[in-house]
This record gives sequence, structure tokens and C-alpha cells, in this order.
Amino acid sequence: MQVRVNGISHDFVGDAGTPLLWYLRDELGLMGTKFGCGIGACGACTVHLDGRAVRSCQTPLSATQGKGVTTIEGLSPAGTHPVQRAWRAHNVPQCGYCQSGQIMQAASLLATTPSPTDSEIDAAMRGNICRCGTYLRIRAAIHSAASGAGTSDTAPPGGSPNGAEGGR
Amino acid sequence: MSNRPVDRRAFLQEMAAGGLLIVATATGCRRVQDDLRRIAGRTDTPEAGGPPLTPAVYLRIGTDGDATVIVHRSEMGQGIRTSLAMAVADDLEADWSRVHVEQAPGDEKTYGGQDTDGSHSIKDFLVPMREAGATGRAMLEAAAAQQWRVPVTEVRARNHQVVHTQTGRTLDYAALVPIARTLPVPPRESLRLKPASEFRFLGKEIPGVDLVDMTTGRARYGIDQHMSGMKFAVIARPPVYGGTVATLDSSAAERVPGVERIVRLDHTPPPSAMMPAGGVAVVATSTWAAIQGRKALAITWNDGPNKSYESVAYRARLEQSVRGSGHVGRKQGDAARALGRAVRRVSADYYLPHLAHAQMEPVSALAHVHDGRCEVWAPTQNPQEARDGLAKLLGIPASDVRVNVTLLGGGFGRKSFSDFILEAALLSRAVGAPVKVVWTREDDLQHDFFHTVAAEHLSAGLDAHGAVTAWLHRSALPSIASTFGPGVLYQDEGELAMGMTDLPYDIPNIQVEAGPAPAHTRIGWYRSVINIPHAFAIGSFVDELAHAAGKDPRDFILGLLGPDRTIDMANVGVTGKESNYGATFAEYPIETGRLRGVVELAAQQSAWGTPLPAGQGRGIAAHRSFLSYVASVVQVQVMPDGSLVIPRVDIAIDAGFIANPERVRAQLEGATIMGLGNALSSEITFSGGRVVQSNFDTYRVMRMDASPREIHVHIVPSDSKPGGVGEPGVPPTAPALCNAIFAATGRRIRQLPVGNQLSKPERATPVA
Repeated sequence: MQVRVNGISHDFVGDAGTPLLWYLRDELGLMGTKFGCGIGACGACTVHLDGRAVRSCQTPLSATQGKGVTTIEGLSPAGTHPVQRAWRAHNVPQCGYCQSGQIMQAASLLATTPSPTDSEIDAAMRGNICRCGTYLRIRAAIHSAASGAGTSDTAPPGGSPNGAEGGR
Repeated sequence: MSNRPVDRRAFLQEMAAGGLLIVATATGCRRVQDDLRRIAGRTDTPEAGGPPLTPAVYLRIGTDGDATVIVHRSEMGQGIRTSLAMAVADDLEADWSRVHVEQAPGDEKTYGGQDTDGSHSIKDFLVPMREAGATGRAMLEAAAAQQWRVPVTEVRARNHQVVHTQTGRTLDYAALVPIARTLPVPPRESLRLKPASEFRFLGKEIPGVDLVDMTTGRARYGIDQHMSGMKFAVIARPPVYGGTVATLDSSAAERVPGVERIVRLDHTPPPSAMMPAGGVAVVATSTWAAIQGRKALAITWNDGPNKSYESVAYRARLEQSVRGSGHVGRKQGDAARALGRAVRRVSADYYLPHLAHAQMEPVSALAHVHDGRCEVWAPTQNPQEARDGLAKLLGIPASDVRVNVTLLGGGFGRKSFSDFILEAALLSRAVGAPVKVVWTREDDLQHDFFHTVAAEHLSAGLDAHGAVTAWLHRSALPSIASTFGPGVLYQDEGELAMGMTDLPYDIPNIQVEAGPAPAHTRIGWYRSVINIPHAFAIGSFVDELAHAAGKDPRDFILGLLGPDRTIDMANVGVTGKESNYGATFAEYPIETGRLRGVVELAAQQSAWGTPLPAGQGRGIAAHRSFLSYVASVVQVQVMPDGSLVIPRVDIAIDAGFIANPERVRAQLEGATIMGLGNALSSEITFSGGRVVQSNFDTYRVMRMDASPREIHVHIVPSDSKPGGVGEPGVPPTAPALCNAIFAATGRRIRQLPVGNQLSKPERATPVA
């Protein structure tokens, strides 16, 4: 069968029940998509299938037939998707491991819901675990990306330059 | 397609999109832009201009003038690669966009301490890193003076150039490296470190050095390592600690496509320290094939004595243990007598379950053992220990072992243990090829080095004015030392000094005791370690005492702290050796005024004392750990169905001098989330010696929808010596949460996790 990833078609011969996650990582070397749980409970492996977020650990290769897979590497070749820019502006990542999945989930959310509320963000993102606890920055970054780069209404939590008291 | 240059306008918009534009230096933004160019395939080629200038093991300056900081501490999200680079760059007078970071391999002789745990990277290495930068700057200044034939006093380094102050002439560092590298390295005593007023990076907001890689999928962790000819391995480990393989039928596994070898691994009887758990490995051509192969293994196990481990029964045993006297860790005055004479006596018992680290990257390592040598790539917090462990395991000198440290997808203490790295090396040796061992989430949660399980008993006596005259604290929990040595029944001095023996309160009669608690699983370090149970019990109990005394909890804490003072730890009845997070009390005394400061700050910022809507409450707790002082105020709303909303958390820290305030805020936000998640929903239990939970569906951690709506981090400005930051935010969070629940509902949570306790009718709890 053919598997189309980031616009490139690949021939695949083998067990079509293999999860997309392991094909991306072990066969194509696309390491940006992460393994976190293997049961669709953490979101680290999130990619897009025809533009919609799916858990690649729960997506057999057979389910990609005739569809296009987009990974973090293909989200924006230059790394400048509005969500990625917002992530950097808010210094979201700590260890960074879950962030590919978070970014892919957020990009999918904004594609269908351009101006999500906090509850819509929580509902869309609750499947993506971050053990470093970057959730509040993720929320702020999604609002930032939604409002369009260039507005500066969403400074990161806190916000004092010199270690002085942040104030309220 | 991938060579599209970065759109400059888009880039400026990116920098404008968030707070960083307000605070980041222009040079910091330029660095992000350079990183984006690099990933678009436009990397600059290094110049071939001869050897670099190496003023220190932590710094190399190439003939292109670019500075490479060698970071020997592991990056797991705390931002240490950025913070240490900031320290070098500042005293080097570097242009941040010309500073690169390289990760050091495990080699403690060369680099100094590498165990990245205990929140001490900045404490121990801020000054050495600054000295490395200052050494480089001195050599470059001397080179410029020599070039211009002027006294060195007339030249001054500034932003990657040396300026001749008289004439305004400049030379870039690139031009000076060939001269500077011929000059002697100046002695440490001659170095001139910048005054804080001249800092350009330290204390400022700098985008992280790995930010672009982490937002584009380019960041490489242990599990992402790959080399030609590599095999993939997944291991079936004994489900009970100390168990062994009884029978094995691997015939079905061998027929799984892609499976190449089945390898039995040796077992180390408990206490097995950092040794692998043993079991049966499936070596295959892909991770998925190895996972499928493992499923097809038919194994029966000899479980051994730890099969008897049952969490329900063990809890009863711990609670029994704290009912009687234990080993005395601190005896100040006569607590028993004072309790007997108290006008009012209050007691409470608390229970906290095992926790799993559940860092997002399961442990994983790639090893290549060949020709008497071993090279590994691993997400380790402890590379020098891994190196020694590999050398011993393989019977080769440490000089023939190289441990490459990758980025860590979270650590929290799990990756201080080398078991997974040793597994990879054993398998590489067995199959004669590079092997990457991958742990699934089930492996990770069921074969962790777990956070301990604890019962804590507290009794206090109050006088007629509500002042505390006596304090008795007993704690029973399996010690981390039990993982490393036989017959360990009691927590050790270092564990007791995480909250109990170092209690900072002004109480005349204090007794602290450890009760017996044998271990039946591997106990390990988990972010903030034994402070978790001790601080939960102390922070909750102080709140209970405040209510018993009819006082405001904040005011009560301030009263307990007494007048600002430095506690003379040699004179408060501590029975064991001094233990202060690796420091002496002379260097890092317990200063009660600093704890008072964070209590007041967090309370004030949370609008403590102002009215809240019905169903809401605020709770406060404060704790010193890892040489830093933290207070947390949690505001909760308890819904009619017993579920919780957390509108706001205020957390204040005094960690002395702050190198990287932006990452300090991030660490405290993260510690708050982790502390709340631990308390609300996380629990590992054992039945038949086996871990009951298996994945994120049953081991529940904090998710976005349960997170606080707001977290406000308040940093006390200080020029005191730096303390820890990564861990101290965790301990006060859980008691502050449960104190808030009490304020909102009148219900006292004495057992974690909170779980669904609030949706059930209150049951009788042991309060005397």
C-alpha cells in the first residue's frame, strides 16, 4: 500500500495493522511524533489525518489509505505555523517531549474552531498530558495563535524581567 | 521544499505575539531566528581556522568566534542548558546569538558533579560557569591588548568584541582567538566577575536554547536515538520485585515477523539497587515487532516473598507503626510531658500512597557494545553513575565507556536510576549489535522506582492562648535506602531532614520519630522526595491547629515561626548527622524570616482574607526544602457533586539569587500542577505484589481541564546564595489544596489522593 506522509508517498509492504506511530518513527525516521502510552490516553503521538488530529498509536496504517498524514515535521516546513510561533512566544515547552502532540492537537482545534473559548480549549486538549505542567501556557498560546500573531494581549504568566515581584 | 527561508516579517510577528518581545533582548530573538534558519537548511559551515580557544572545560571558542558552552547537567525541562549558558555568556561578554550549547558525556572527573537531582545545578555551578566565561573574556582582552600593544587596562570586552577604550577600535572575538589560544590561562584568583548591575543575561528573560527544536519536532530524546544496524528490544520483567522466570515458552514469540532473538536477562536479588529487574527480552527489527513478540511470550514467574505486598494491608501496618514510639530523630525539650500538661491536645493521622514518576518519555536507551568498548545514548540524570555501572557490569574500564546524554523527556528522579541503560548494554553484548531498549507505558508504571508510601501521625499540645507547647511527629515509610542495602527498616537522617527534624517552628518541646516500614518494592527519588509526605502532614496539621485555636491559618503560621531568626540546628536536639540538602547549615542556615516573607507575600498576592463566593475557600501552606522557601495559597471551589475547580494559585519562592527568572516561573507553575495532580488523583497500589495500575487510564495525572485557571508565581528578589528551584514548589501545594478544601467545606482530607472523597458522605476520621 501507499502511505502519504507530509506530501510524500511511501510504499509499504507488511502488516497493515502496524500503528502509524511506529511506522513514522522506526521506518521513516520521523522522530518528532512521540510515544507516550500506546493506548490513545496521552496525546504525545498526535498527527493529522487529512487535517484532523488523530492518535497515531491507535491508527493502523490501513486507516491512512487514500488519506494524507501530516506530522510535526510537515506542519510548517520552516517551523513557523502560528501555533508554533505562539508556543515560542509563550516559552511553553519545559522538557518538550509532549509538545509535538500538543501543537498538532492545537493546530487541529484552531482549524475547526478559529476562536476557541477556554472550555473549548480544555475539551480539545484534555487528552494531551504534559507532566511538566505547561497547561496554562498552552492555553494562553492557543488564544494567542487564535487572535493572530502580532497582538500582545497574552503575556506569559507572571511577567517581571528581573526576578522582582510580579504583581497582579 | 524544506529550504524556504524564514519570512522576516513573520518572524517579527512571532516575537511580537507574546510576552517575550516585551522582555527578551534583541539578541535573544536573533538567536531564535538563527535556529529557524538552521532548520530551514541554511546552516553556516564552521571555519577551518585551527584549534579553538578552550579557557575551561565548560567553554570553547572557535576561530569563527562562536562560543560553545559545554553543559554537564542533564536537561529535563528545568532549562539548565539555557541557564548555565547564560552564566557563561554573561561573564564572557558574549553575543547570545553566537552562543551554542553542547551536552557533555558522563565524566565527573572532567566536569564535576553530574547527578542532576536534588535541585542543585545552579547552587553548585553558577559560579564555576561564570568563572569559565570570565576566563575566556580575560584571555580575549589580553589578546587584544597584545595585538594593539596597549596595556590590558585600556581594553574592555563588550558583546563579542574587545574595544580599545582610548581610540574606540574594536576586534571581534573571531580575530582574537588565534592569539588568545597561545596565552596562559589566568589563575582563578585573578578573575573579575561582573557586578550584578552589568548582567545582560542573568536575571533577564531569554528564550530557551532548545525552544525551536522543541516546537518543530527536532528535539532528540533517548527514545529517538537511532544507528545503523540497530535492533529494538522490549523486555518482560518479573511483575513482583525480586521475582524470577519459572518457565518460558518463546516459540510463538519467535514466529512473530520481525522478532530475531529471545534473550533471558540475569536477575539480581533485592535489594537490587540500580540493577535491571531481569526477565526475558524480545529483540526485533522494530519496536512494534518487539512489542508483538513480547505479547506472544508464555512465561510463568516465581514471585518470591514480595508477592505478599498488598496496599490495603500495608497501610494498616504503617498506621500501626506510627501508633507506637519509633527511632527518635529529634528531641527538644520534653514533648511527652508537655503534651500531658497541655490545655488542649490535637492529633491527626495522614496517609499518602505510592506515586509513579510517569515522565512523558518512558525510559529508553541505545547501547552499542563492541570490541571491549561500550557507547550508550540515554536520557539520564546520572551519566557518571551510568558510566561506572556499565564498566562494572561489562568488566571493562570506565575509560572505555562513553555515556552520551540526550534530552530527557521528563525525569522527576526516575532517570537517576541506570537500570534501563544497563539493560540496553546487556542486550547489545548478547546480540552483537546496537540495541535500543524501549519501555512501554505499562513497563514504566509497573517497574518504576516508586515514590514511597507513608503514614504520618501528629500530636500537639496547645496552651490556654492557643499557643503550641508540644509537637510530636511520627512517620513510617519505606526508605529509599532500602533499594540499596539490606535490612533497612527506618527512613534515614537525610529523609527525616526533609521537613521533620528541620521543622522551623518556635515550639519549646518537639519530638520527631521514625517508625518501622519494610520495603516490598523499589523505592526511589520523586520530585521533592520525602518532603511530599512530611510537608503534607505538617502543612495540614498546622491548619488543623489553627482552626482548633480559633485563629486565621496565615496568622497562625506566622505565630509558629516566631521572631525572625536563624535556627541553630546544632542545638535543637537533632540526634543524627547534619543533613541540609548536601550543604552545611553554616552555608545555608534555616532563616525563619525568609519563610515568613514568602508566607506574607503569597497571602497578600492571593488577597488572603477577602471574601470568596459560597463553596470556595483558600488554603495556605509553607515549606523550606532544597535550601529554598516556598509558600502556596490555593483557592478551590467545591461543586455540589464533590468535584473541584481551582480558580487560582499564588505561589511565592525565595530561592536566593535567581539566574533565569522565566524558567523559575515555569518550574513553579509545573510544580504546582504536579503537586495538585499528585494530591487530587495519583495513586499506585499493589495487589499480590503487582502494581494494579497500568497506563494513563488508571494512573491518573493532572490534565488541562482540571488545572488551575490561573497560577501566579511571585519571586522574592534576593542576592542570597542560590537555593533549589525544580523541587521546592511541590511540597506545600498539596497541603494548601486540602486546607482550601477544608475552608470551603469543613471537610478535612487526611488521606491522598483526594479522589472522590468529597462526593461521598464524610466518614469518621481519627481526630482526638
